[in-house]
Amino acid sequence: MILTILTFLPIAGALCLLFIPREEEGLHRGIALGTALATFFWSLRLLPDFDTGGFNHVVDSEWVPKLGIHYHMGVDGISLWLVMLTTFLMPIVLLSTYSSITKKVREFMVAVLVLEAGMIGTFLALDMFLFYVFWEIMLIPMYFIIGIWGGDRRLYAAIKFVLYTMVGSLLMIVAILYLYVKHHELTQVWSFDYFALSKVALGRHEELYCFLAFALAFCIKVPLFPFHTWLPDAHVEAPTAGSVLLAAVMLKFGTYGLLRYAIPLFPHAFVVCAPYLATLSVIGIIYGSLVAFAQTDIKKMIAYSSVAHLAFVVLGLAMWNAKSVDGAVYQMLAHGISTGGLFLCIGALYERRHTRKLDEYGGIATIMPRFFAIFLIITLASVGLPALSGFVGEFLILLGSFTASKSWAAAGLPLMVPHHTTLYAFLATTGVILSAVYMLYLFQRVMFGPLSNARNRDLKDLSAREVVIFIPMVVMAFWLGIYPSTFLTGIDPAVQRTIAEFKAKQEASGDVAKIVHVTETGR
Amino acid sequence: MTANLHLIPLLPLLGAAFSLLFGKRLGKNVVTLVTCGAVAAAALVTLQMTFILHHDLPPGGALVDTFFEAPWMKAGDLNLSAGLWFDALTAVMCCVVTVIGFLIHVYASAYMEHDENYTRFFAYLNLFMGAMLILVLGDSMPVTFVGWEGVGLCSYLLIGFWFDKDANATAGRKAFVVNRIGDFGFLLAMFLIFYHTGTLKYSELASHIDGLHNILWLGLPVACFAGLLVLVGATGKSAQIPLYVWLPDAMAGPTPVSALIHAATMVTAGVYVTSRLHVVYEAYPQALAWIAGIGALTALFAATIGFAQRDLKKVLAYSTISQLGFMFVAVGSYVNGSSNYASGVFHLMTHAFFKAGLFLGAGSVMHAMENEGDIMKMGGLRKHLPHTHATFLIYCLAIAGIFPLAGFWSKDAILGGAFAAQWDVQNAGPVAAWFAMHAGKIIYGVMLTAAGCTAFYMFRLYYLVFHGKFRGTHEQEHHLHESPARMTVVLWCLAIGTILSGFLGVPESILPESLHHFGDLLGEWLKPVVGVQLHEESAGQFLGFAFVATAVSVAGIGSAYIFFLKDDGVRAKNFVATFPRLYRVVFNKYYVDEFYNAVVVRPLRGLSRILWKFFDEIIIDKLFVGGTAAIVNGFGKSVKYLQNGDAQRYVVGVLVGMALILRVSTHYSAAHAAQFHVDQDGHAVTAVPQNDAYTTNVRFKVEWGDGQESDADSAHPRGLKHQYASSGTYKIRLETTDSRWQTTASRSETVVVR
Repeated sequence: MILTILTFLPIAGALCLLFIPREEEGLHRGIALGTALATFFWSLRLLPDFDTGGFNHVVDSEWVPKLGIHYHMGVDGISLWLVMLTTFLMPIVLLSTYSSITKKVREFMVAVLVLEAGMIGTFLALDMFLFYVFWEIMLIPMYFIIGIWGGDRRLYAAIKFVLYTMVGSLLMIVAILYLYVKHHELTQVWSFDYFALSKVALGRHEELYCFLAFALAFCIKVPLFPFHTWLPDAHVEAPTAGSVLLAAVMLKFGTYGLLRYAIPLFPHAFVVCAPYLATLSVIGIIYGSLVAFAQTDIKKMIAYSSVAHLAFVVLGLAMWNAKSVDGAVYQMLAHGISTGGLFLCIGALYERRHTRKLDEYGGIATIMPRFFAIFLIITLASVGLPALSGFVGEFLILLGSFTASKSWAAAGLPLMVPHHTTLYAFLATTGVILSAVYMLYLFQRVMFGPLSNARNRDLKDLSAREVVIFIPMVVMAFWLGIYPSTFLTGIDPAVQRTIAEFKAKQEASGDVAKIVHVTETGR
Repeated sequence: MTANLHLIPLLPLLGAAFSLLFGKRLGKNVVTLVTCGAVAAAALVTLQMTFILHHDLPPGGALVDTFFEAPWMKAGDLNLSAGLWFDALTAVMCCVVTVIGFLIHVYASAYMEHDENYTRFFAYLNLFMGAMLILVLGDSMPVTFVGWEGVGLCSYLLIGFWFDKDANATAGRKAFVVNRIGDFGFLLAMFLIFYHTGTLKYSELASHIDGLHNILWLGLPVACFAGLLVLVGATGKSAQIPLYVWLPDAMAGPTPVSALIHAATMVTAGVYVTSRLHVVYEAYPQALAWIAGIGALTALFAATIGFAQRDLKKVLAYSTISQLGFMFVAVGSYVNGSSNYASGVFHLMTHAFFKAGLFLGAGSVMHAMENEGDIMKMGGLRKHLPHTHATFLIYCLAIAGIFPLAGFWSKDAILGGAFAAQWDVQNAGPVAAWFAMHAGKIIYGVMLTAAGCTAFYMFRLYYLVFHGKFRGTHEQEHHLHESPARMTVVLWCLAIGTILSGFLGVPESILPESLHHFGDLLGEWLKPVVGVQLHEESAGQFLGFAFVATAVSVAGIGSAYIFFLKDDGVRAKNFVATFPRLYRVVFNKYYVDEFYNAVVVRPLRGLSRILWKFFDEIIIDKLFVGGTAAIVNGFGKSVKYLQNGDAQRYVVGVLVGMALILRVSTHYSAAHAAQFHVDQDGHAVTAVPQNDAYTTNVRFKVEWGDGQESDADSAHPRGLKHQYASSGTYKIRLETTDSRWQTTASRSETVVVR
């Protein structure tokens, strides 16, 4: 019940908004913010007595019995913090729109709340059909957020975003249906249930195709090089709130999907593809950083930095050992805070100057000292400075990758040269240097130097409302950096369980499709 | 033994937080009190801890303070706690950092008095102190790394403190990025060490070191790679070749920052960390030879650049790089199972006093000169700045290594250690073996030269600034004045330190029997932690080394006098006029910055532009993504002409469409109807259509294969029957015709009639 309320509370808020006259903008904002806050406080109820061993607060009831579709939701250590990240960011995002969204307020609030429901539902769903429904529900509000409240080329960006994602998700639904039919073939039971379908061990070839379909959908969402070109356009054109949600939460569905679905469902195919995933991630880290360095548009720069940061996450997943995967999940949270924060910072600047061009800024630190402090902390969090959020995830991913050859060998992964994974880690670690190169370049160009542009002379420092927006972000940036135990105690057991189940399934499956029994946790 | 070690870094950190949050409102005096007080308190706690360590614990003991118990960071087989560790080495580092840090804070409170961002400055300084203390106190590599990057951040912020000038901000960024290259090495070293030992705690490393020792990688023990990667980190932080380029630029920061961060404390972190990880190096001593080699090279290289610099602080910066090279040589001077770490730390300490003093003296000079830094515009300042002059002379003599000042003792300890150094080599070729035996002598020669150069460029500086005629403007001359007491007192404190700190390292052999327990105090103190270099040195040998070194230094000072002071420095001018090209190369620091720009910075910039403009926008987005879209789009475009609003065309379209549908659907029905099976009963054979649902409107015709045919207008419910005349094999062909559209389909079946 906790999860149902959590998911549908935003929808309820959105419905309320529909009954209020469109002119009452203040009321709309208030109700939306109130709903988001209520959702956040409700989500806090997940934390006490959280059982890290498996899925908590599971609800499972029939939805479409004839087709074996269930309303099945649950939360484990991996999804817990991602859900918390979503509910945590939502009030902040809504508060940031008080000044930036002035047209069609009601529609905007509805879109954001529906989006929140879709995102929470996607993290919680344990029925693949339900997952797919939520997955597609997310797409629609984001399409409108970019397409209606976006910048000059908003339609192009919105359509590109939707088409790109659709291509992937269509392939994914085909793979889901294939699994569904295969499960029926083997057991005579129609079911979309995650646990039921994860018992289906496909034959080698069909497994590979299904994995590729899933992986493509998720890699587009991440976005992994070379499927990333929708992201800069979407980010640049989206309004601040859209960029924040896109970067902080929506991109994580790609990596979450890989971790929850693509990899554990198809272990053999993953083993075949992991070196390619790892290679693309390493390319993504270096390529994303270098391209970010060349940008002249601030939002584009941060978009490319996301490409690099998310590539770290995919690297962690591809290396498939407890350290690297823990790091990947951690990096998802950290990236949510740091890049979400960066987009909020850029949003604050954009509201004042209505430009994203790097050349238009310079010397802002002199006149906006409060902004300077916050932007600095968030930038450093993004760079991965120890004691701030970015470090722990990167550290674990790189350490996990560096030491992965043992676990790769154990998982039957090919080691082309001895200490092959070490080479990946070595190359990926250059990302640590490169992130400092482009982020500090950005920071200097915006904040330092003489205040030469006359239009910047009388910019106002952050208002009290804006400070309120940023303080939770800064607190979380420090918390994630200083005391990782809070988060890892939930993440680590869940990740270790996932890896163990992966291994059990991998060992049990063979050349032909059959039902295998992995461990019984969480059922 | 546990102790409240966390107070040491926490106090300055709280000071920083307090000043950042409330400093503006409470005013300068409160900020000064809080920040200086925090550092003073940290210094007192440090002294107390040192006392406890000395008194209550056996040699080799340590105080610990685990502030985040395990699992602080738990992931798989990694289970870290975060804590602080206070042993003899930490004690020395902490004392240096807090004591000198405190003095510099006091100095800065006068020096920065009129800066409008006074509060921010002191907040950063305190933040730096906190980070530096975490660096030296960390009980494991990750905790050290927190401080390691933290000091880098503060360095970045303080170099770019006056950020309204782009050059300052760029210098800060350069420092951070170059340091990050070092951090890259440090991170990889951490990974490697964890991989092969399973721990990152200093206290556990020694017992797990076998993993580094025994496992080979490309034919070498991994300890070699671990050691070299740590060295990469150390060259970044301690400004050694090839990563030294950030330090001269870092002089863009306020002078107290240069003294504190870029002379006395942060830049010594590389020396500290290599000493801290001595067990790693002892697992593969050849890595130490690299350290010594890089140190020697840097010491000489940077010293020669010092010959031709005109900026007061730049000279001191290159001097710092050079002196750090001396410390690296000490750390790398290995013989018989241990290295000369103690001398490295000794020089680190003495250098902290006199180099901080030199920078603060330079600050005092620039204070008097209205921020003029060009030594060619100074001269004769000793009359106007008596305290600054006197203390500056003491520091210069100390760095030149003149008896009995601190530099004399620490530099001799390094030179002696280098001379005795011999690195163990296993399975090396004859060249490497010869080199391992004799490289110490070569390094000794290089270091002796570097020491001579040091004396030369330091006294060049001294003569140009304090002696001769004043070469600045009249206004500047009119304005000349000694600095306020708060600054000069600090200068004298550091001078006293410069005089006394050397006596912590007086070799036992030259002391009379009764004073033996005063011999080599620092070495004895550090011995249980890092060991001492076990080379025998008699009093005679020591005096021999000391004599040679002093002679070289005196020669350096003398030639500086002859070149720059005697006859108004006419010889220096002549020299420059005779070798203009040589002068220009040295003046431009051998064009190393330009080289890095051409080889690293500009190609990287170009590459990123090409990747973006060409690869990302054209190849991926236009060709790859746009191409797919264009195919879909092209299809859509070609089809869209069907839909142009012309009603006649629509009617045609509808009719054609209907016809197509009928054609397709009826074909379907005929084909389905044609599926049949054969029932056999002796010679009687029945062809039975399988799909009853499709049999309406279908005419059936069967060729029985014996020349006979049957016809039926509609499906006979029991099929079509035929009686064969004789046994044999017959091919039955069933043809169906849809009566609505005359589509046909057929199927064949073979029967054997017996």
